[in-house]
Formats: sequence, structure tokens, C-alpha cells
Amino acid sequence: MSASLAGFQSDFVKSLFDRDAKSELTIQPAFAVYRNTVMSACVDALQANFPSVARLVGVDWFRAAAATHVRVQPPRDGRLLMYGETFADFLAGFAPARDLRYLPGVARLDRLWIEAHTAADAIVVDSGWLASLSPEQLGAVRLRPHPAARWCLFDDLPIYSIWGANRVGIDTTEETVWQGEGALLTRPFDAVGWQALDPSGGAFLDACAEGRSLAEAAGAALNVHPDFDIADLLSRLLCAGALTRPTPNEESPA
Amino acid sequence: MLSGLGLKPEHHEAALACATEGMWFEVHAENYLVAGGPRLRGLEAIRAVHPLSLHGVSLSLAGDAPLDTAHLKRLSALVRRVEPGLVSEHLAWSAWCGINVPDLLPFPRSNEALRRIVSNIDQTQSALGRRVAIENPSHYLRIDGHAWDEIGFLKELVRRTGCGLLLDVNNVYVSSRNLGFDAATYLDAFPGESVVEIHLAGHTADPALGESLLIDSHDAPIAPVVWGLYRRLVERIGVRPTLIERDGNVPAFDELLGECQLATTELRRVGELSAQPS
Repeated sequence: MSASLAGFQSDFVKSLFDRDAKSELTIQPAFAVYRNTVMSACVDALQANFPSVARLVGVDWFRAAAATHVRVQPPRDGRLLMYGETFADFLAGFAPARDLRYLPGVARLDRLWIEAHTAADAIVVDSGWLASLSPEQLGAVRLRPHPAARWCLFDDLPIYSIWGANRVGIDTTEETVWQGEGALLTRPFDAVGWQALDPSGGAFLDACAEGRSLAEAAGAALNVHPDFDIADLLSRLLCAGALTRPTPNEESPA
Repeated sequence: MLSGLGLKPEHHEAALACATEGMWFEVHAENYLVAGGPRLRGLEAIRAVHPLSLHGVSLSLAGDAPLDTAHLKRLSALVRRVEPGLVSEHLAWSAWCGINVPDLLPFPRSNEALRRIVSNIDQTQSALGRRVAIENPSHYLRIDGHAWDEIGFLKELVRRTGCGLLLDVNNVYVSSRNLGFDAATYLDAFPGESVVEIHLAGHTADPALGESLLIDSHDAPIAPVVWGLYRRLVERIGVRPTLIERDGNVPAFDELLGECQLATTELRRVGELSAQPS
């Protein structure tokens, strides 16, 4: 055992995650208390943060997979609420999950839920303010996604349907169409809500996030889908609280 | 502030409505170090009607590394936001080379460790603009290289940084059983004038090793032996805010309130004794 504090701490952390590590400390039966506490706290955190994944695969499978993840990617933040930022990527490469192609996408949406839940608050755009703008102002206004808005598109799997059902504790129905889907999560006040999002809606929100004007964002959405209906999308985004006003110096378009 | 409870999410409404005199609540700061949303609003609602204590579990004061300044900044913002009556952390470490271990880890109480922890407490108190209290952790392992006993070490931290101490009586009992010292002797030697808060919790025997290894599990009622040690402590040092901690097998709010009342009864008795003219 190294004499320095740094040496002691390096050896201790290595021994926590490496069950075969042997030292003066690990030969004491009480060292298992630390190993067990650390592992169960990490696995509990993943189970709390990825409830839809846990429901799909069952608790035993989930906890075994989570324990493998903990050894590869232990927490890098003292807030366990935030743990699991790479869990979806881990599942994508986890051999026992190879046949569950939807699992990484479902994990991604559980992760976006946490991000929406903990993001900064902001005042949402109300339709009255938008309606007060002249057509020129409206086209030039740069709406921003609300800090708690998160969206994600999935190319070939109905991730949104699978995730949404399991998130509220029900099974997906046989009517689920096996095709790509997108999801939008918002939290205008306390509760996280969600709805389906098509690729043109995703392109619109991406453009808003890049700081583009409403006209440019509508153009980006039209590029994805020529039948894109801006009025319908805007009304859904406003209803969901997905947008916030531009910063004050951008509020008066030239 | 007499006796308080660790706030559990399932008890939020009951806590808001609780009208017990002297009642206060403690939360783990980490669960509220977020940019916005319902967690912060819920905590502010509690703070509007009760005194609050922020108990940190991941600052890693005993880690041989500079503190995580992003974490300290978030903690500082939370302190400004909810203006807690008490802020505390542990004589332990948990962060190392980018990894955050969710536990309170032991270390050799060397002069090197003392210098590092003094510097980390100084940095914390200056970032938060207030005094923090440092808690004695539970011990399970025999560690070589101690130059200080725990009480001497804590006294020296108080002397050098002006910090307060949070004395966890259950941790003392669990450690005394695991390491083989006398809990009452330890408590009698503890610097009472520096104690700003007391913690009480339940413990359990290790499932594999039984009574020879006690675990600071926070998942059971406070043991009679720990109540006895608490009584002895407050008779000596006087009234201090006392927290009932329960993190597992969480019972109904009223059951925890019952444990709170037991502590309050002790505190009132001690308060009356000390108020009598000698």
C-alpha cells in the first residue's frame, strides 16, 4: 500500500471496481461493505433513471446489465440523478441485448426525460405574442427551443411508441407499426410531457436551436417534407411549451 | 430548530403540512443541484414553511485533489437560493481521477491529509460564504498510517478552518463495534462546543458476517443503545438540532415523526435542566 494519500486513494478506487484486486484493505471482509454499497447505489441509480428499459427487460436482466455498465463507466458526477449519460451507447454495444434493437433508443428517451426534468426554467412563447407580430417580424423572429425541450428521431424503429407505453407502465399494442418515429419531450412547468415528432418537425427544431429565423426554420422543414404544415406544427409546439422567446436584443427584428 | 427529519419525496405533502414546533428538514444537496424544474420548486415550498439543512454527500473534502469547482458553484447557487439554516459535508472522500464513487470513503488521518482537507474546507466555506459542519463517518476497515485519532483530527480542522462539527451518534456506535473502541468514551471526548448538529439513524448487522460487522444502513428505527448514547451526549453538551435519518424501508411520515418526538423530549428535558438556577 502506498504511503501517500493519492496512492491510497488510487489503490482504493481500483479495488472497488476490480473484484480480484488483493491488498491489505481488500483482504478484510469489511472491504465488501464498500464494494457492495458502491455497486448497489450505482445500479439503483440506473434503475431509477431508466425505468422504461428496466420494465422492458425485467429487473434481474436490467440489474445484471447495469452492473456490467458500472464497471466500465462508473459515475463521473456526484449527482446520481444524472448518472447514465452513456448507458444508451453501452446497450447498443452490449452483446446480450443484440436482438433487442429498440433498447438503446428507449434508453436514449429515458435519458432525455432526465434532461428535461432537470433543465433550466424559462417562459414559453404564447400565441398572443406571436400573433401580435407583423408578417415581416414573424418571418424574421428567432424562436429558441425551451431549455427543457428535447427531441430525437429514430430512423427505422417505433421507439417513441415502445418508450411511451413502457414509461407509463403498459405494454405496446399489436397495432404498433414497425417504422421510424421521433419524439419530443417538453417541460414548460413541472411535469415532463411528450408527443410524437416527424422528421420535418425535427428539422424545424434543429434550425431553431441553431438560431435561425422562423422563415429559415420553416424552409428547413419544407426541405424534409414538401407537405409540411407550419401552422399545425407551430400550434403543437406552442401548446407543448417547446419554444421560448428570443433574447431581448433579438426581439425586435430589423 | 429542535429535531428534524430527512425529507423523502413520498413525504413531501406531509412535510409541507407538518406543524410540529421546532420542526426542520434536511436534504442531500446533490438531489437538488439542478438548473431548474419541479425539484427546486418543491424544495423552495418546504423552505417557505420550515428551516432547511443542506447535507452534501459528494464534495470529497478528503480527496487528495482540488475540489470540483463546477460542483461547488452549483452548491453555492443552491445555498443562495434556499438560505439553509445548516450546511454540512463529511470527513471522507468520494471523487478520484474523474470517477465519483457514491460512498463516503475512509483514509489515513495523516498530516498530509489534514493539510489537504483544511484547504478544501477553506475553499468550500469561502465559496459558500458561510461556515459548514463536518460529519464523522462510519468506519468498517482498519487502516494503517493514522497520525491523528479522529477526535484530535476534527478538533484541528475546527481550529484551522473555523468549521463546525456534525456528530452522528449512530456512526460512532457502528464504528466502535467494527473497530473495537468504546463509544461512550469517544462521545465524552468529543468537542461539544463545536457541535452544530446531531444525526441519529438505524443500523443493521451485515448479512454475511452478522453482529461482528454493523452497517450504517439508515433502513431501521434507531437502536435503543444509540438512544442511550444520545441521551448521555446531550446531557453533557446541551440542546442541538437533531436529525432523524431514514433512507431505506421508509415508513409512514407519522412513524418517523414519532422518533423525532423522542429526540425532542430529550432536548426539552436537557433544556429545562440547563435553564434551572444552579
